[in-house]
Amino acid sequence: MIVIGVGNSYRRDDGVGPYVVERLRERGVPDEVLAVSDGETTELIDLWDGEDLAVVVDAVRAAPTHPGRIHHLAVADPPAERCRAAHGLDLGEAVELARVLGRLPRRLALYTVEATDIDYGVGLTPAVIEAAGRLTDEIAHLVQASASADTG
Amino acid sequence: MTHRGDRSLRVGALARVEGEGAMRVRVDQGRVADVALEIYEPPRFFEALLRGRRYTEPPDITARICGICPVAYQMSACQAIEDACGVTVDGRVADLRRLLYCGEWIESHTLHIYLLHAPDFLGYPGVVEMARDHRAVVERGLALKKTGNAIMSLLGGRAIHPVNVRVGGFYRVPTRAELRDLVEPLRRARDAALATVEWVAGFEYPDFHHDHELLALVEPGRYAIERGTPTTDRGLAFAVAAFDEYVIEEQVPHSTALHARLNGRGGYLTGPTARYALNRRWLSPLARQAADAAGLGADCRNPFRSIVVRAVEVVYAVDEALRLIDSYEPPAAPAVDVPPRAGVGCGATEAPRGTLFHRYVLDADGTVTSARIVPPTSQNQASIEADLRRFVGDRLHLDDHALTHQCEQAIRNYDPCISCATHFLDLTVQRT
Repeated sequence: MIVIGVGNSYRRDDGVGPYVVERLRERGVPDEVLAVSDGETTELIDLWDGEDLAVVVDAVRAAPTHPGRIHHLAVADPPAERCRAAHGLDLGEAVELARVLGRLPRRLALYTVEATDIDYGVGLTPAVIEAAGRLTDEIAHLVQASASADTG
Repeated sequence: MTHRGDRSLRVGALARVEGEGAMRVRVDQGRVADVALEIYEPPRFFEALLRGRRYTEPPDITARICGICPVAYQMSACQAIEDACGVTVDGRVADLRRLLYCGEWIESHTLHIYLLHAPDFLGYPGVVEMARDHRAVVERGLALKKTGNAIMSLLGGRAIHPVNVRVGGFYRVPTRAELRDLVEPLRRARDAALATVEWVAGFEYPDFHHDHELLALVEPGRYAIERGTPTTDRGLAFAVAAFDEYVIEEQVPHSTALHARLNGRGGYLTGPTARYALNRRWLSPLARQAADAAGLGADCRNPFRSIVVRAVEVVYAVDEALRLIDSYEPPAAPAVDVPPRAGVGCGATEAPRGTLFHRYVLDADGTVTSARIVPPTSQNQASIEADLRRFVGDRLHLDDHALTHQCEQAIRNYDPCISCATHFLDLTVQRT
């Protein structure tokens, strides 16, 4: 299993992915299960390739916005509305490319948190911190379930 | 009243290019009246926000102009500031800069060849669809790109927007053992790069040639990357410090990017094909052999074949990276001391898309009082428009859908980086 936090900690709420990864680390989730990524396609595919379960946490912008709202997408329904990625592929295309190449994990869970402030600077807004807390609990349970499935 | 021969095409948002721009074509009574690349990505004002910053900051600030060629920005910025301070960085630190730059060339060129441009030639809407039929090829491209990323991560601290570059050199330099770990992946990458040249050389290319003056840096003895003298294929050469006198930038109403021309000479083209024409003799034997086998010849004036030149440059960058690693000895210090002084400094390096010029004015305590950045795409924009005008003129028999598709492919020949140029792409063909 792998948990991948996608985002930039120096752009406020965009850092929610890495933030959740750090909270999981504090709870004793082993380093080999945790990764932080800038979302670059090939890196994502390398990280999740061969895993039984990959959990990806990323920030998302929505209109109208509900800061801190969590969206849970399964790989069967990658997001149809995509943001245009600069000179590369976006997360949806990374998933599609991995699927074509046979390099998707057996299960891929994508959690996105609605961001409100993606300006320069560190630190998340209160609504996103609160959401990150709930998400950390949920993913910690997934990690635990995965670990007991491995040992069981 | 409208005529049967009048039409208009508009590509609202160009895909598989970096940044936001559009293309508008107006056809008047069967003749191309106007072609414009409309760059509508907002102006970014980087030059203005650099004013008042410390002289140590431009490498980190300008790296953020582009996620695909941050090293180019860092290298041109460092060179310009070091020039202003009267310091020359050479030897082992300069070799490491070249190695980092090789990583960016491999990463950027491979991305463009495999993920953005090849689907055009093979008739796919994108790389995902291409991968369904050419899985092993796409895997090869991803592995090759990853090798470039690995160089960037090791030397730059991370693969995108490196954080380990500073005025004077680096914060930390790698050990010999760390660099040795790159050797095996680079040897495999060399095979993949050679296979890439062979693969793209087999594509079908439209018969289309341009006659632009070609500008690239030239550094006798080796293929210009991180330094050199601006030189054209028509005998013009000038010092980097004189770039401002020779390259004139102008505003045009339809674009937030400036258009550049050579003073008294007109439009020109920079980038891989220009670099190849002026530096071919200094390719590594393996890269030159690959170029010959691909039928490139002394120069390449068919913009569609620029994908072959990029592939040859990837072979060169891999070769050069292996050479630099083989001879590597860690420098005595990771950076040269660069004390500030009042002055003007200029820097130019070969970004994957062409010559990237920076100029800074510093005051005595090292505060930036003025900054000028001339990226490759804005230098190329006028020539791209001129090529498109001719390209469209020869293809007016096509319906709007087919013509639009071919125009998009033609634009991708130049691998335009709109984010860099903004101070850029949608296609409209208007037939009236």
